[in-house]
Amino acid sequence: MTEYVVRFLVGGVVVSAFAMLGDVLRPKSFAGLFAAAPSVALATLGIAVYRHGADYAALQSQAMVAGAVALAVYSVVVCHLLVRAQLRATPATLLSLFVWLIVAFGLLALVGGQT
Amino acid sequence: MTPIRFSPSSLREGHWYEYLIRFALGGAATVFTGLISSRYGASIGGLFLALPAIFCASATLIEKHETRRKREAGVAGERRGQKAAALDAAGAALGALGMLAFAFVFSLTVASSIPAAFIGASLAWLVASVAAWYAWRKVRPARRAWISTKSTGSAISRSRHG
Repeated sequence: MTEYVVRFLVGGVVVSAFAMLGDVLRPKSFAGLFAAAPSVALATLGIAVYRHGADYAALQSQAMVAGAVALAVYSVVVCHLLVRAQLRATPATLLSLFVWLIVAFGLLALVGGQT
Repeated sequence: MTPIRFSPSSLREGHWYEYLIRFALGGAATVFTGLISSRYGASIGGLFLALPAIFCASATLIEKHETRRKREAGVAGERRGQKAAALDAAGAALGALGMLAFAFVFSLTVASSIPAAFIGASLAWLVASVAAWYAWRKVRPARRAWISTKSTGSAISRSRHG
């Protein structure tokens, strides 16, 4: 239980710090870099190294490569849904999560991810 | 001259509950990743390190703030709000390349040195993201000019042949 409270607090602080940095930076496209900052990754990998060791964290970061490719595809799809389909931000970002899931799990299956 | 600048006044546009929501979402995403890792293993959990959970909230806030700003200036702001969120998404696509660099460097270095892995991966993220953004800024005007020449060219050709 304590571990999850620590996870929540560390994750909240790191994500908020990157998000606020994105808020104060201009132009907006540059600020968007911070929307894809590895904030959850920094918090999670830090806890993973402490709890399970370097090998476990290495395995997680290898799988993160597939997640990052899926994030790039996701962001492009969101961009097109907003500009071309003229969807509002909430439906565009939520609908595109299906794209992220398909690409991320597809790539992991392709490279044969270990569990 | 660098086109990047600080705008601290942007922080005043947000409400306290918006920051609280982002804090809660960030915490929840980190807890969720931990739960997935312990239930399904490190690989499946690792995928979720790049889950765009926070992006949904950020893009919605950007759209809301831009729409409000334009409305206060007496302009219909919905379309501008969508465009601002789309620019943020374009930046996130470039930032994803940085995240890819982060994951590569971390996975290659963590076995030899844990502090070096965190420092090296964070630097790799910063360098790759900023380099991708600068490259995109260089390419975008040239691409726009090419598209506009192409469309003007086809319009002339249509008027000639039509």
